[in-house]
Amino acid sequence: MPIKNKVSLTIDGKPVTVPEGTLIVNAAKLIGVDIPVFCYHPKMEPVGMCRQCLVEVGRPVIDRATGNPVLEEDGSLKIQFGAKLETACSTPVSEGMVVVGTSAKAVAGRKEILEFLLTSHPLDCPICDKGGECPLQNLTMRHGPGESRFNYAEKMHLAKKFPLGELIYLDRERCIQCGRCVRFQSLIADDPVISFTDRGRSLQIFSHSEPGFDSYFSGNTTDICPVGALTTVDFRFEARPWELCTTASICAHCPVGCNLAINLRREARSNGEVVIKRIMPRQNESVNEIWICDKGRFGYHYTQSKNRLTQPLVRREGELVAIGWDEVLSYVAENFKDAGQNLLTLASGRLSNEDLFNLSELTSGLGGKSALYTDMAGGDLVTQLGVGKGTNLSDLGKGTVILVVASDLHEEAPIWWLRVKQAAERGATLIVTNPRYTKLERYASQVIRYNYGSEASTILAMINTLSAKQNFPKAPKIAQGGEAIKSAAETITSAENLIVFYGSEGIGLEASQALAQACANLLMVTNHVRKVNNGLIPVWPRANDQGAWEIGFRPLPNLKEALQQYEALYIAAADPAGDDPSLADVIRNAGFVVVQDLFLTETAKLADVVLPAQAFTEREGTFTSGERRVQRFYPGVVRNEYKPDYAITAGISKLAELNVEAVPFRIFNHLEAKVPTFAGINYRMLAQVTEQWPIVDRGGLYYGGTLYANAQGLGVQLSLPSQIPSLTWPEVPGVYLSEGQLLAVPVTILYDRGQTVIPSELLYLRIPSAHIALNPENARFLNLTDGTKVQFTLDGITVKVRLHVNDQVPIGVAIVPRSLGVSLRSPTPIEIKTIESG
Amino acid sequence: MAEHILLRHRAIPGLDQIDTYRQNEGLIALKKAVTSMDPNDVTNEVKASGLRGRGGAGFPTGMKWSFIDGNNWPHFVVANADESEPGTFKDREIMEGNPYQFLEGVAICAYAVKANDAYIYLRGEFWPIARKLDQCIAEMEKAGYLGDKLFKTNISIRLHTHLGAGAYICGEESAMLDSLEGKLGQPRLRPPFPPAVGVYSKPTIVNNVETLTNVPMIINRGAAWYKTIGTEKSPGPKIFSLSGCVNRPGNYELPLGTTFRELIMDHGRGILGGHKIKAIMAAGASSSLIVATDEALNTPMDYESVPQLGAQLGSASVIVIDDSVSIPWLINKTIHFFKHESCGKCTPCREGTYWMMHLTEHIASGEASMAEVQLLHDVASQIKGKCLCALGEFSIEAPLSGIERFSADFESVTNKSNA
Repeated sequence: MPIKNKVSLTIDGKPVTVPEGTLIVNAAKLIGVDIPVFCYHPKMEPVGMCRQCLVEVGRPVIDRATGNPVLEEDGSLKIQFGAKLETACSTPVSEGMVVVGTSAKAVAGRKEILEFLLTSHPLDCPICDKGGECPLQNLTMRHGPGESRFNYAEKMHLAKKFPLGELIYLDRERCIQCGRCVRFQSLIADDPVISFTDRGRSLQIFSHSEPGFDSYFSGNTTDICPVGALTTVDFRFEARPWELCTTASICAHCPVGCNLAINLRREARSNGEVVIKRIMPRQNESVNEIWICDKGRFGYHYTQSKNRLTQPLVRREGELVAIGWDEVLSYVAENFKDAGQNLLTLASGRLSNEDLFNLSELTSGLGGKSALYTDMAGGDLVTQLGVGKGTNLSDLGKGTVILVVASDLHEEAPIWWLRVKQAAERGATLIVTNPRYTKLERYASQVIRYNYGSEASTILAMINTLSAKQNFPKAPKIAQGGEAIKSAAETITSAENLIVFYGSEGIGLEASQALAQACANLLMVTNHVRKVNNGLIPVWPRANDQGAWEIGFRPLPNLKEALQQYEALYIAAADPAGDDPSLADVIRNAGFVVVQDLFLTETAKLADVVLPAQAFTEREGTFTSGERRVQRFYPGVVRNEYKPDYAITAGISKLAELNVEAVPFRIFNHLEAKVPTFAGINYRMLAQVTEQWPIVDRGGLYYGGTLYANAQGLGVQLSLPSQIPSLTWPEVPGVYLSEGQLLAVPVTILYDRGQTVIPSELLYLRIPSAHIALNPENARFLNLTDGTKVQFTLDGITVKVRLHVNDQVPIGVAIVPRSLGVSLRSPTPIEIKTIESG
Repeated sequence: MAEHILLRHRAIPGLDQIDTYRQNEGLIALKKAVTSMDPNDVTNEVKASGLRGRGGAGFPTGMKWSFIDGNNWPHFVVANADESEPGTFKDREIMEGNPYQFLEGVAICAYAVKANDAYIYLRGEFWPIARKLDQCIAEMEKAGYLGDKLFKTNISIRLHTHLGAGAYICGEESAMLDSLEGKLGQPRLRPPFPPAVGVYSKPTIVNNVETLTNVPMIINRGAAWYKTIGTEKSPGPKIFSLSGCVNRPGNYELPLGTTFRELIMDHGRGILGGHKIKAIMAAGASSSLIVATDEALNTPMDYESVPQLGAQLGSASVIVIDDSVSIPWLINKTIHFFKHESCGKCTPCREGTYWMMHLTEHIASGEASMAEVQLLHDVASQIKGKCLCALGEFSIEAPLSGIERFSADFESVTNKSNA
């Protein structure tokens, strides 16, 4: 980044030195001077619309002949003030500038604009959701006239509940036409689905998408709305801001690790219980800046679902019946001790580092085996070649290449999508490699299409292309790439920094391992390893998959076979029978099955013991993000009927006479001592914060919006081992189709029917029903149309679903969204038939 | 009367036909510029002529052309044919009667600033004119005056018409550029100015129709000739759109510096029905009200002299107000206009014009107190200097000057019992 010259000026008498080009309003914020803004937002370019930030600006008088500043008699600089007030949000600082926001003229200007705004504003603060955290309200309290001079019976009367979509409501009376939401949607989210229409005092926001306000980022507009015009259906008329307690948390939906603030209230209508009223972003400029996606914001309801398990269950005479905690834990401990090395623990990355560590301690203590429940691999390579400590996607720009392979980031990890897009806009070279169109391609310098199944060989072909002219190693049995691959390879090899995102678009466990290895090799041969802003980022399906890999959990190459081999199964935060019905019989036939989860899943229904676990909102712990940032989350809702996973495991361990800790920070200390990549990290470090820009304090004027500042920890990135692994060439698995078959491939969509999504009823319009998607050409050939019900056989099980016809699906492929009712764990040939009528 | 430079069609029938136009000094300047002049020479010639923008601001045209950012490509020219100021109807007559001279001016401007494409942004109501201009552009292309490889050089110039959807704000140049891009017409924050960042974020020269129509004659006859017309600082002819309480309203092409008296009393044949002149609005609805004293009537209409009367020449749409007109009624009309046309982007204009409309309605109805007149003055003063674009600032000219200069009119309409 170019180093900018520094400029010195004074604002309300206080001196400040800032880089050239800084806007007055930001320079003021740095020294604690609040200049009120409505249309300006520190994450967006100024537009100067609302005129609220008017200040007096003086500049040194320069002698035209000599070019030197003119001096006053006392030797000070002669300052010339402009005739008009200037907008502090759009005026950059200059050397010697004198900014005055406290003079009679400036204060009058501020009051006058405020008076204009209030002539159209309903001032219904007592019933407004923003009341109590509203910059307009606070500014009115500070400067507002005590009496209105706008004496007309008909103030503005407009729709109070205008749905922009089913998630966001607009109160048209309260809107002050600042345009922050419109600009956020078009400039930051690039979903320009809301706009202004009409003009003058009729200027209004409307949505022109179907469904309304169709964007994964829509909730952020309610945070940056400086009045109560935009509210979420979730929080509208639900609580007053001053009644809320706040707890810091980390989103559990994807591997980005967005920092959250959970707003809680104890309320009579929830029987005096503390309940979550809303989820807000918490600033972490290295992770999510000040944004979160709508899944993170609206997808917490599963934690408060009526269907949560509330007590331990045990199977008696074929039925699951309630049992006390003490009794159930000793029952489990006895059986696990008996099983010994015949115990298999199967856990997913939905659990925290502490949970996983305790599971691993218990299992290894008894001589059993722990395994990760996942269809995506490569975490071991990420441990060695993940992004260097200090990596921040916000720092990426010119000179950096970002390669995204086999991932639809917009669906799999929306905030990473946002940040990669922004990096591309700052000048980073984005190469998107995927078998079908993804939204990220809009910002790509280069797009490479491959056929499903060729993801690893595409990356290996890049390496082989490079080996042609330089002394590089060469992948065996892989052809050189064509022109597109060659040009991508050249861009990559000459890049200063290289970040590789790899996901699970259309692949299962085996292919995923090959892809991760191919990506790791690309980083190694081009020497983009062990450096800041370089490395491998896995787009895991769960929040803490990387933590599981760091702790030593590995997936089982053949899950069905493994489940048959063990006597006792301890399944935590995983639903193999639900995800893959062909596994149900195996689990039913196992000797002793313990399921630890939030819900009575398909797997839990088959268990001998079911243990109700706490959700992430009810307990503390840490998650390790895909960028290997370990972040702490804190307990919000207290529920004693269920226990945290780590505590359940510790309880079983204690009864099995094993020394396993039951307090999170102590567990973490043990983890730190045992897992080398965690060395030197403790809970206190994870809670540390440093100053971030923009300053978004929830002070008087809510600079940046009503989101929360970060006081509870920015997290710590894991260090990388000093050894670079040696090159290993992966075996690329192949799938062969017979005539008449299509290749069914699993892909990820943001809103699926998974157990942590489906209880969020307000997302119901956005969650599709079970379907598969075909290219129009294949559909025509099979004589099928959009919406027809079709059937096919997967692993001996007949599946009946609706068909979607979509021209973005490659020919010969059937797209099967994950967690939508069709179980498909890796690419599989299928033969599609219509369902015979009758 | 002196020779017409802009309204030449009044003396030459059929000037809107390409052949007639060519027989009357037409399209010589374009060929001369493209085949024998460097683009910078064209700009310098326009600079030397002292031509100033006729859209209202009076900014030196040649200087504007020289500001185009030469490091950023491509360049564009946009002709502002959104003519929306109440009382202004000069561009319409030019485009209807003398379209080729205007189009030739656009093309010369495009050549001078190295633009290949020029857009003519017309207000929506001008659709028949747009159709006519399209035909003229087609004729010029057929005759080799527009298109690729003009006069066997490597120069390409193409003209395009674009219709607005009927908004006063789209006459403001940055709002016009947004509208041209297909966005809601709202002014942009400036700087950057269009010669640096214009349409599609590319350097753009925006000129008024009348300004560009001067250009062919300047290139033909030279800057020195042009400077013989008008005053030293405001050279050239100007079309004055005369309307209001005069016997003969209409467009009058006169040298800049002609007095109000000559325009109103001689060309306009005096005040209707033997009334006495009371006030003059020199720049349409955006004007302050000039008290029509002898001194004011003797003032030359140029960019330097009119400001000395506390007003602006603007686009020279002279509205004459006689003693039968109540000033409170008049400002109620102008405020209705500004309230209706406020784009709503900035707070003072959006909210202030609405508030002022309530006040002026009440005042004009005769039921208001002097306190409300004072409040109107306060609200107008409160808008002053705070708007995003000049159009918001224009809205307060009539009410402020009306209250200050015609206080008797307000005293007579306010409800004495409330006072």
